[in-house]
Amino acid sequence: MDMKVGKKKLGLKEKYQHMTRGLGWETTYQSMDDVFPFVKYEGIKIHDWDKWEDPFRLTMDAYWKYQAEKERKLYAIIDAYAQNNGHLNVTDARYLNAIKLFLNGISPLEYMAHRGFAMTGRQFPGVGARVACLMQSLDEIRHAQTQIHSLSNYNKYYNGFHEYRHMLERVWYLSVPRSFFDDAVTAGPFEFMVAIGFSFEYVLTNLLFVPFVSGAAYNGDMGTMTFGFSAQSDEARHMTLGLEVIKFVLEQDPDNLPIVQQWIDKWTWRGYRVLTLVGMMMDYMLPKRIMSWKEAWEVYFEENGGALFKDLARYGIRPPKWLDQIEQDKDHISHQAWATFYNYAAACNFHTWIPTDDELDWLSQKYPNSFDKYYRPRLEHWREEAKKGNRFYNKTLPMLCQTCQIPMIFTEPGDPTQICYREVDYKDNKYHFCSDGCKEIFEHEPEKYIQAWLPVHQIYQGNCFEEGVDPTAEGFDPLSAVLDYYHLAQGRDNLDFEGSEDQKNFEAWRGMATKNAA
Amino acid sequence: MQMDLRTVTIKPQRQTFDHIARRIGADKAATRYQEGTLEVQATHNFHYRPTWDPDHEIFDASRSAIKMADWYAFKDPRQFYYGAYTLARAKQQETAESNFDFVEGRGLADTLPAELKETVLKLLLPLRHAAWGGNMNAAFITAYGYGTALTQPCIFHSMDMLGIAQYITRVGLLLGDDVEVLDTAKQSWMEDSAWQGLRRYVEDCFVLKDPLEVFVAQMVALDGLLYPLVYETIIDNVLSSKGGTPIAMLTQFMTDWYAETRKWVDATVKTAAAESAENKAQMETWITHWRDRAAAALMPIAQIALGAEADAITSEVVDQFNARMAKAGVSL
Repeated sequence: MDMKVGKKKLGLKEKYQHMTRGLGWETTYQSMDDVFPFVKYEGIKIHDWDKWEDPFRLTMDAYWKYQAEKERKLYAIIDAYAQNNGHLNVTDARYLNAIKLFLNGISPLEYMAHRGFAMTGRQFPGVGARVACLMQSLDEIRHAQTQIHSLSNYNKYYNGFHEYRHMLERVWYLSVPRSFFDDAVTAGPFEFMVAIGFSFEYVLTNLLFVPFVSGAAYNGDMGTMTFGFSAQSDEARHMTLGLEVIKFVLEQDPDNLPIVQQWIDKWTWRGYRVLTLVGMMMDYMLPKRIMSWKEAWEVYFEENGGALFKDLARYGIRPPKWLDQIEQDKDHISHQAWATFYNYAAACNFHTWIPTDDELDWLSQKYPNSFDKYYRPRLEHWREEAKKGNRFYNKTLPMLCQTCQIPMIFTEPGDPTQICYREVDYKDNKYHFCSDGCKEIFEHEPEKYIQAWLPVHQIYQGNCFEEGVDPTAEGFDPLSAVLDYYHLAQGRDNLDFEGSEDQKNFEAWRGMATKNAA
Repeated sequence: MQMDLRTVTIKPQRQTFDHIARRIGADKAATRYQEGTLEVQATHNFHYRPTWDPDHEIFDASRSAIKMADWYAFKDPRQFYYGAYTLARAKQQETAESNFDFVEGRGLADTLPAELKETVLKLLLPLRHAAWGGNMNAAFITAYGYGTALTQPCIFHSMDMLGIAQYITRVGLLLGDDVEVLDTAKQSWMEDSAWQGLRRYVEDCFVLKDPLEVFVAQMVALDGLLYPLVYETIIDNVLSSKGGTPIAMLTQFMTDWYAETRKWVDATVKTAAAESAENKAQMETWITHWRDRAAAALMPIAQIALGAEADAITSEVVDQFNARMAKAGVSL
């Protein structure tokens, strides 16, 4: 038989190039500037998109195949978990509040990431970069949905989950994660990639995902653990993309360095501030602790991040600003945050509590420099007061930082007894900040940050009452009116864990599952 | 024998999230499509205006001339959320894979008449660039469209288009003697007069600002004529009758994909047009405009395979398209 001489076999890299790079072209009927209108205004100079190194090589057919396999397994577990009342296996019903925080504060960000990566996936002129961004966009809608679907089962039985979408746009503390992501998508495509692709996905993601997913594993929450693990291989792709963006941009032109450095400074600080919520979750909300916030910061940022920034030094990148302050803060922020939520538990969609004696001891041991001196006595005092029937719920509104939108609860570097205040006068107004970092970020782009929808300001301006509510009516209760606007079920979603409906139901249902009826 | 398996039954406090319950009723369990789609996108109290578009909010319905009282009136009849979508595509890629294996394993590419093979390379390969354009246009709607019900199917569409561009590339690598066939096809796309109408069409879509107009230009008009013409008519009928069945096997993904996707496209057109007389008029104007341009752009491409018959067959495809739109409530 006359065999034709075999065609040259293509290598994987070459083949992938034909499957992606070769698809694009220089437009001529419309100018490239009109087709890609946002790629220059940030000042980033790119000379040759072909120098982009594909961070991973995955054609769509392979993507569909792998991802479908993962989805099949994940949904089988979610179904089984729901069917078996898996929620009754969590360590203690207080744990549920950690996942309330997740669904309310994190899952909507996954959706924003989906849209944000679709934007960069449309706007970059380089085919390799566009494909990688679009694949991440697709993954991010996966993460949003697998989280919603997993946590949907908790919503059926417990309070605080039911209005996560509505609350995201209104509830005071949720403006912290939300404004973080709004900030990123309103930036240009390169800043978005440095903000989310690099600073968040690469530098800080372990500090977000590991605590929640390991926290779930430690506390018997198979549902949450499973979507976390299932997302992990996607995250690995996202991390390589984040790193490639930085390297590519820095290699393209030396003028890019100062712009990128400023973004890294800004976004590390912005991300770090958002992670305050995670730190609090780790130190106070997991009945079975994994590690302390301080330990997590040391492992995942100081060690791993330190190595990363050493690696990036050859491009002229230095470690992010304000690390010295973060270094001091790590003994404090989780305690300061929990104290705030304990104070404002009436206006909150999850429950708070004073840690048990064991837990207080654990905190003393993990935070030898700060806990016994500053925080334990306060918690014990509050516990005593509550026992005497003096549980105090703060009903006045705190001042918020104009940038990170966290109440002004953080202390001066070097003095944990003095609240840190900074201010800036801009166009006849005074703006307030929790730190030098947040102040400097504002000063770099004041026109952006003066737009912030600050929940406290909005309440005082009367923008947070349901339609038809009359604040001048006799006996008007402003807090209650605001909680109605939040759609917060008063007495069910808020206040202390002790005595809550969640606590009672969990106990009764666990009894049904583990004991025989009398 | 009936097995009576038991689990502890606890009465749920609620069936689904409140924003879903307000739409479907509090007593009903929601589907995964509903929970993963309805109102997922943020709508209120945005913090900052985009630095790249300060006249609009991050998500802003006024980016489109189409006005909807409720953007969740749009529904995907396929009920695709990520999991359902990937499972559907994984199944299709399995079929595609065994088709490629079948054609490759039996050396069927070599049995194709030389002339036919030449026609396929000329007709099909430059379309990988058109599919890439489709990927960009769908990405645009995903990014700047309003409401997850509309934008979610667009990220799927965008990735489908990339997948299709990659399947076409594989056909080229299989039929062609070497990778140069891809360069030749790109040169045609860039320079041959037959392709310039289509390339201009795609590039003109790249600068549109209204997400719904991009939807009409790409998903309704261009896909709505190109897929029936090239895949259903030319490849599956005309070329198959001349010994080109292996090609139809290699492009089965595209045929199946289009048959499925058009259901979503039709539902979307129908919902937009049914909303108001203004929407209907706007859809009619856009669809007429882009249909005529797409038909004109596809004519010289049809000629590559159909020669003198191109005219008649293309107008037949346009007639079918008009009938399809009429069913969706848009009279052209």
